[in-house]
Amino acid sequence: MSASLTAITMPKWGLTMNEGKVVAWLREAGAPFAPGDELLEIETSKITNVVEADAASTLLRVVAPEGTTLPIGGLLAVCGPADVPAADIDAFVSRFVVAEHDEEAAETMAAAAPRMLEVVGTRLRYFELGSDAGIPMLLLHGFGADLNTWMFNQPALSEGRRVVALDLPGHGGSAREVGTGDAEVLRQAVAGFVDALDLGPVHVVGHSLGGALALLLAAHRPGLVRSLTLIAPAGLGPDINPAFIEGFVRASRRKDAVEVLQLLVHDPALVSRTMVEEVLRFKRLDGVTAALAAIAHAWFAGGRQQVSVAADLARLDTPVQLIWGREDRIVPVTHAQAAPARAATHVLEGAGHLPHMEKTGEVNRLIRRFIEA
Amino acid sequence: MTVKTIRQALHEALEQEMRRDPRVVVIGEDVSGGAGTEGGRDAAGGVLGVTKGLIKEFGETRVIDTPITESAIMGAAAGAAVTGLRPVAELMFSDFLGVCFDQIFNQAAKFRYMFGGKAKTPMVIRTMVGAGRSAAAQHSQSPYHIFTSVPGLKVVVPSNAYDAKGLLIQAIRDDDPVIFCEHKLMYDLKTEVPDEAYVIPFGEANVVRDGDDVTIVALARMVHYAGEAADTLEAKGIGCEIIDPRTTSPLDEDTILESVERTGRLVVVDEATPRCGMATDIAALVADRAFGALKAPVRRVTAPHTPVPFAPSLEKLYIPDKDRIVAAVRDVHGYAR
Repeated sequence: MSASLTAITMPKWGLTMNEGKVVAWLREAGAPFAPGDELLEIETSKITNVVEADAASTLLRVVAPEGTTLPIGGLLAVCGPADVPAADIDAFVSRFVVAEHDEEAAETMAAAAPRMLEVVGTRLRYFELGSDAGIPMLLLHGFGADLNTWMFNQPALSEGRRVVALDLPGHGGSAREVGTGDAEVLRQAVAGFVDALDLGPVHVVGHSLGGALALLLAAHRPGLVRSLTLIAPAGLGPDINPAFIEGFVRASRRKDAVEVLQLLVHDPALVSRTMVEEVLRFKRLDGVTAALAAIAHAWFAGGRQQVSVAADLARLDTPVQLIWGREDRIVPVTHAQAAPARAATHVLEGAGHLPHMEKTGEVNRLIRRFIEA
Repeated sequence: MTVKTIRQALHEALEQEMRRDPRVVVIGEDVSGGAGTEGGRDAAGGVLGVTKGLIKEFGETRVIDTPITESAIMGAAAGAAVTGLRPVAELMFSDFLGVCFDQIFNQAAKFRYMFGGKAKTPMVIRTMVGAGRSAAAQHSQSPYHIFTSVPGLKVVVPSNAYDAKGLLIQAIRDDDPVIFCEHKLMYDLKTEVPDEAYVIPFGEANVVRDGDDVTIVALARMVHYAGEAADTLEAKGIGCEIIDPRTTSPLDEDTILESVERTGRLVVVDEATPRCGMATDIAALVADRAFGALKAPVRRVTAPHTPVPFAPSLEKLYIPDKDRIVAAVRDVHGYAR
């Protein structure tokens, strides 16, 4: 058996993933690939995600064809030098057992669970991964989402650092009472949270409404924020897709929810049935619609953005980068022009309003490179 | 979020709604559970244990034990509903609907219409359906199709604990009479159920499984048999889409029709008898509105048109099972004109 053979295994994305389904192989057996090349698509509880190669090799044999469902760590394919005899590959496949460290990682993930924290008169849910070394990172989701929006990012970003994902007030597992739900209420909750966990100075990654909040946090408490990664942030221009905001608040049936969620991504086929069902299950809970309606009113009344953070962005000297999907149909990519010249702006092709899910590998690389610089 | 049985989910729904709204009361035979026994009230918590603990928290003005008189339970609940309470009445076995049908069918269902839309009747009737316990012909029926045929009634047929809680809360908050059918063999079935209150809208089917070849519409316990059949069929390369309507009135016609437009084949699975039943009703819907899409005749997998047998061996033959569903799907899948 050739020692140079390697396995591609079913990744673990997010809290609840136990198994994954192979949607499509993007490379054929025999094809060589480079690091970062897209190998296959896997259906998850949110959108279909792509597995990228982490090293150069050749795809020798696909063990799990399209349509196969495998547990975490299960063998998807065998890679290695093109000249390895078939018998060696057979032996590799037959001797494959779910790798020890993968099991450990899976157990660590399973043991880790979101926690609750009382902060300035509210209760917030958060989830953390990674060790305490280095400067920690805080992840702030957007309107209507929750900490699971980072399911493809948090595990990768937590190598060598503590990464904390928060549910904003009214969202996920946090308290449903949001008062006016305005920028002040949400900013105070986030600041209170960072203080309570003693996270500062912290790298903050914020998506959409979470991006505007990240900026507000840095503007009010510059010492708290080490760097800002703003992904399709709100607050840099007046436009917002009212069909999404109003539709999301109103949707109680699957058909409406599907239409609204498809606005988030560049390819509507990415939205899985489970993602729709999870959104509906959240929205059915008592108090959720009222909380979302309050926040929507404070931030996006009349289909226009009511909170502007462009002046804060121009004034700040915190390191900042912007990441935007070219085909964003919620907050237009043209808003990136409001950023000062010193802010690196990355516009990703083939991505809508969820570049961190649609272009996971690229966004993770951009964040890592930025905070390590 | 924790894993709960249907029994726990129903209990939680009742408890949370009684805390939220003082107008919600529970009324029925032995709902306090144990009155007159050595353990006293709450020793059992109803014959099914669903109402256990409610008498302790809410007292006898809101957890009302009645004589064994279904007509009085339903009449009292209908009257209470139309005068401002939100009663949850228990008809222990749906088979007993005969003795209280006037109160349900000709009174509760009609109030809104007879009083010019000025009366609301926010009552829920929780009732047990289903065969499989060898409880014989008078305690084993699934007569939800009879309720479904009455305009003015809403009818719920949950298949799992998540749906059971959300649908029961919706039933309690709904301003019309709702018949809530609980399958007697499913109380211990578990799934993840949020601790918080939530509502599932009526008339919204759950698509349990995606598939491109055959649509299976299944109700209550049959949803699970359909799932087993679909597993077997998937291994043979036949993809089944399983639709659980969750409520038979209102019925989510669009989800069924859209699925059949895509697959061109339909199997309806129902534990109830076939004549004028849900399987027949749904077959007619598709024949009427999606005939052009059909590639094969519609197949119904139901009980035979006969009372439920007492003998376990016969009862087993009576209830549709996985093998009959597999055979029906293969039949429509392999059909050639």
